Amino acid sequence: MNPAPESQEAAPAAPREIPKGAPVLEIRELRKSLGGKEVLKGVNLTVRQGEALVVIGGSGCGKSVLLKHILGLFKPDSGSIHIEGEDITQMHERDLFGIRQRFGMLFQGAALFDSMTVADNVSFALDEHSKKSPAEKLEIVRKKLAIVGLPGVENKYPAELSGGMKKRVALARAIAADPHFLLYDEPTTGLDPIMSDVINELIVKLKTSLRVTSIIVTHDMASARKVADRMAMLDEGVIIYHDTPENTFASDNDIVRRFVEGKASMEQMKEIWGESAGKAQESENTRRRRRPPPPAQ
Amino acid sequence: MTGALPGVAAITSILRTAGGVFTLLMETVRAALGKWPRRRVLVEQFYLIGFRSTPVVLTTGLFTGMVLAVQSFNQFRRVNIVSMVGAVVSVSMVKELGPVLTGLMLAGRVGASITAEIGTMSVTEQVDALRALATSPIRWLVLPRVAAAVLLTPILTLMADVVGIAGGTLICVGFLKVEWHFHYINMLDWLKVWDVGVGCAKSSVFGLLIALTAAYKGLNTEPGAAGVGKAATEAVVTSCILILTSDFFLTVMFAAMKPDWIR
Repeated sequence: MNPAPESQEAAPAAPREIPKGAPVLEIRELRKSLGGKEVLKGVNLTVRQGEALVVIGGSGCGKSVLLKHILGLFKPDSGSIHIEGEDITQMHERDLFGIRQRFGMLFQGAALFDSMTVADNVSFALDEHSKKSPAEKLEIVRKKLAIVGLPGVENKYPAELSGGMKKRVALARAIAADPHFLLYDEPTTGLDPIMSDVINELIVKLKTSLRVTSIIVTHDMASARKVADRMAMLDEGVIIYHDTPENTFASDNDIVRRFVEGKASMEQMKEIWGESAGKAQESENTRRRRRPPPPAQ
Repeated sequence: MTGALPGVAAITSILRTAGGVFTLLMETVRAALGKWPRRRVLVEQFYLIGFRSTPVVLTTGLFTGMVLAVQSFNQFRRVNIVSMVGAVVSVSMVKELGPVLTGLMLAGRVGASITAEIGTMSVTEQVDALRALATSPIRWLVLPRVAAAVLLTPILTLMADVVGIAGGTLICVGFLKVEWHFHYINMLDWLKVWDVGVGCAKSSVFGLLIALTAAYKGLNTEPGAAGVGKAATEAVVTSCILILTSDFFLTVMFAAMKPDWIR
C-alpha cells in the first residue's frame, strides 16, 4: 500500500540555496484554449528568485489562467513551465502535489474553507503534510495570524469575517508552510482603499521577511506601483511588455500607457458616446486629468 | 432532424456522465488505498449522511409498510389468506421497497446536499484551494462521502425494513384483527436471511451510485448560483434513474446466483 506523495512530509528543494536573481520560474510558449477560445497564445515569462513580479492586463485577458498554470491546476495545450528546473507540464497530478507544497496562493475570493475555523484553515497544509504536534501547529497558526495582523481570530469561522480579514486569513494560510513562491490573484479586488493598502504592505513585508518569490496578478495600479520589482503586461494572450515599475508607468507603449493611466481607447469612447461626441468627451477627460487637485483645506 | 438533435445531446450527456462517474470511481478506489482523511472529516460525513437521514428514512419505511399492509389486506381478504399479509409486507420491504425507497430518499436528501456543497466549493475556488494546498479533492471530499454512503445506506435500509414491517404488523394485528400467531409464523417462514443480505448489497450499491454521481456533478458544476442549482437537480434525477435501472440488473444478477430466490 503506497501512501500518496501528498501525504509525505513537505520536503521541497531548498530555495534559499538559489542565489537572488537566478531564474526560478520559466514559462515558454504557453498556449491554452478554454471553451473554444485561445486565452494564452504563447506566453513567455521568466521570474527570478526573490523578486515580486506584477502581471497586469485587462479583465478576462488570462491572468488568472496563467497563475493556475503555474500551480499546475490547468494543463496547457502546449509550451513548458519550469519551476526550479522541473518541467511541471509533463508531470502527473500525483507528482504535482510535491511541487505545490512549494507554493502559497491567495485566491481572488480568499477561498477559505467555510466549514472550518480560521485555525483549521491556516493549519490545513501543516495538518496534511507535516508531522508537527498540535501544540506546534497552534503556535505556527498564532504566529502567522500575528504576521497578517489578525491575532485572536483562531476560533472564528470565515462567515464571521469581513472581506479584508478573509484575505488576510487566506494569506496566513498561504504562508503557513513557509512556501518558496507566493501567488496572488487580484489581492486587493473588492477591498476599500485602506484595506487594499494593508494587503499591499503585507505583500511587501512577506517578500522581504520570508524572502519568497512573489507573482501578483492585478489590475490595481496603486497596488502594482507599491509591490512590484518588475511588471509584465498580458494582452491578447501574450506578454507584450515587461520592465521596472518606473519605466512601465512612463512607458511610450500605447497599450501599456492607456492601461496604467486607466484610459479608454478612442474606439471604446466612440462605442459609448458616438462618432463625434467620442472625440469631444476624450478631450474633456484629458483636460480633467491635467487639472490640478484642489488645495487642501 | 431537429427532433433528433436533443435526443443525441441527451445520450451524449448521459454517456459523458457515465464515463465521468466511472473515472471518479477508479480515482476514489485509488485514493482509498492511500492515506485516508482525518477521522474528524469521516465522522462528520457519517453524521451528516447517516444520522441526519434517519428521520426521513424511518418515516418512509413506516408509511410504506402500513400502506402495503392495507392494500394487501384488501386483496387477500377476498381469497381468505389475510394471515399472509405479514409475509408479503416483510418480503416486499426487505427485497425491494426498503432498498429502493431508501435509495430514492437518500438521492434527494444526501445527493442534492453533496452536489450543492461540493458545487459551491468549486465555484468559490475552494476545490482549487485544496489542490493548491497539495491535497487531492478526491481524497478529501469524495472518499469520505462515498465511504459513508456505501456503509450507512444498508444500515438505513435495515432500519426502514424494520419500521416498515412493524408498521405493517401494527395495521394487520392492531386494526385489521389478523391473528398474531399466523401473521408472525408466515412472516418468519417467508423471510430469508438471503433476502436481507441481497437488500443490504443492493442498498450499498445504491449508496455508491448516489455519492459518486453527486460528487461528480458537484466537481463539474458550472459557474454561478444557477450552475449549482442545475447540478443538484441533475444529480438527484441521475441518481434516481441509476437506482431504478441498476435495481433491475442487480435483481436479475442475484436471481441468477440463487435461482430459487424468485419464488
